[in-house]
Amino acid sequence: MNIDSLPARPRPTPTEESQGYWQALREHRLAFQQCADCGKLRHYPRPMCDACWSMKSIWFESSGQGTVVSWTVAHHPFHLAFKSQTPYALVTVELEDGVRMHAPWRGTVESLTLDLPVRVVFEGVEDGLTLPAFVAA
Amino acid sequence: MSLHRSGVISGVGETRYSKVSGKSVLALHLEASLAAISDAGLSPKDIDGVIPYAGLGTIAEDYVINFGIEDLRFSAHTPLGGASPIAAVQCALAAVSSGICRHVLIPLARNGSSGGRISSLMEEAPQFRAVGEFELPIGAFAPAQLYAPMARRHMELYGTTSQHFAEVAVTTRQHAILNGRAMMTKPMTLDDHQASRMIADPLRLFDCSLESDGGAALVVSRADCARDLRQPPITVLGIAEGHPDSPTAITQRADLVHIGLDKAAPRAFAMAGVSHDDIDVAEIYDCFTYVVIRQLEALGFCARGEGGPFVASGALRLDGALPNNTHGGLLSQAHIGGLNHIVELVRQLRGEAGAAQVKEAKVGLVTGYGDMGDGSIAIMARA
Ligand SMILES: [Zn+2]
Repeated sequence: MNIDSLPARPRPTPTEESQGYWQALREHRLAFQQCADCGKLRHYPRPMCDACWSMKSIWFESSGQGTVVSWTVAHHPFHLAFKSQTPYALVTVELEDGVRMHAPWRGTVESLTLDLPVRVVFEGVEDGLTLPAFVAA
Repeated sequence: MSLHRSGVISGVGETRYSKVSGKSVLALHLEASLAAISDAGLSPKDIDGVIPYAGLGTIAEDYVINFGIEDLRFSAHTPLGGASPIAAVQCALAAVSSGICRHVLIPLARNGSSGGRISSLMEEAPQFRAVGEFELPIGAFAPAQLYAPMARRHMELYGTTSQHFAEVAVTTRQHAILNGRAMMTKPMTLDDHQASRMIADPLRLFDCSLESDGGAALVVSRADCARDLRQPPITVLGIAEGHPDSPTAITQRADLVHIGLDKAAPRAFAMAGVSHDDIDVAEIYDCFTYVVIRQLEALGFCARGEGGPFVASGALRLDGALPNNTHGGLLSQAHIGGLNHIVELVRQLRGEAGAAQVKEAKVGLVTGYGDMGDGSIAIMARA
């Protein structure tokens, strides 16, 4: 299948484990899965804690504060849904809570450096879908 | 017990590489397979093991019914993206050396240009589930987009530059021109590379591999079953696969530039019992120029962070310290998932590499790299 022929924006298909993450975003909160037994945070959501193998988890509310680990600027639209947005920058962020995110950068590319302090913002992109993005802290 | 000298590559084969094959993917697999089997001096009925590439649509049964194999004794999948072919050789060596079977066929063919493009096929594979849910919706899913942050961090930490990437692209193109089978035959300059359009910063068009139609295949045989075959057998001295930390999401990897080959390379060198100075020729998986630079570090040819200056020294050229991708690689020969890299190493060690033959190539290595940084490596020599 050639997805270049599908102009609709790709939407996430939440799993049993990830529903809470997407629901929190809709409420403009950033939530990460936390092991209910040993307390370790994990992202992306999955059934098991890799430290103690517990399958019980709760949701931890993140401050959304972090620092830049890396970035890229997408120039070629591999997917037509993103064509009108190119060039767009994406940042990889180390949150102070210890997990990572990858999200659009709402700032100038020239201002990006390693370890730049950033914070999350929430963007309602379409019906029932809210995505994270980052701005300078 | 190890896989050191536990089996040989007895035959290799390729189809024509092009933008439009006009053939089915199964037909390309069979054509490449027949070429490899014939190169070995075997009959298709001698094949009693097969490892089809996971995700390209062929299954062991296809080879049974097309070749008329009466008693297929072994089949497997090694789903590591571009690291799959060498992982398949490792799997085949385990199968032949333990007596399960005698001759294992490893084919890989695709209509990667005329059929669904490689860069668009990723989200359908289970190893891309996490990227599909969390990164595709924000516009990151093509390999160039997923690997670009690794390259950017390497540049920021170590001073690696786009000119270093260019050296890899230009050298690989020079080798493709000597190959005779390569899709790209026009010389490339450093300026051409720098003028090529940005795809996913810092990766330019000429940092990216081709999208190709075509196929390649090889046969792994039990050593005692290959002595009287047509070609001089090429033995495997050391082989390993390695899976990176956070193997389904590069984003979540504590050390963003870490790759599976960091784990696999020391194991393969230890098994082979050779040193870096013994390596006469290399075929390093080159889905992107940056990926070659990082693998050179993981392989131990230079320290971490020194990959850029290492390639800038001209080391990868035919007359350099480590002639690399003497067939033109994925960047300029064709994107056949790295199976074409193994074919080229075998030809170099047989002395059949034509205009790009490295003089007295006795020991060589080949690597694979796939998905979110899975790695594989084989060190080979004439038996
Ligand atoms: Zn736990």
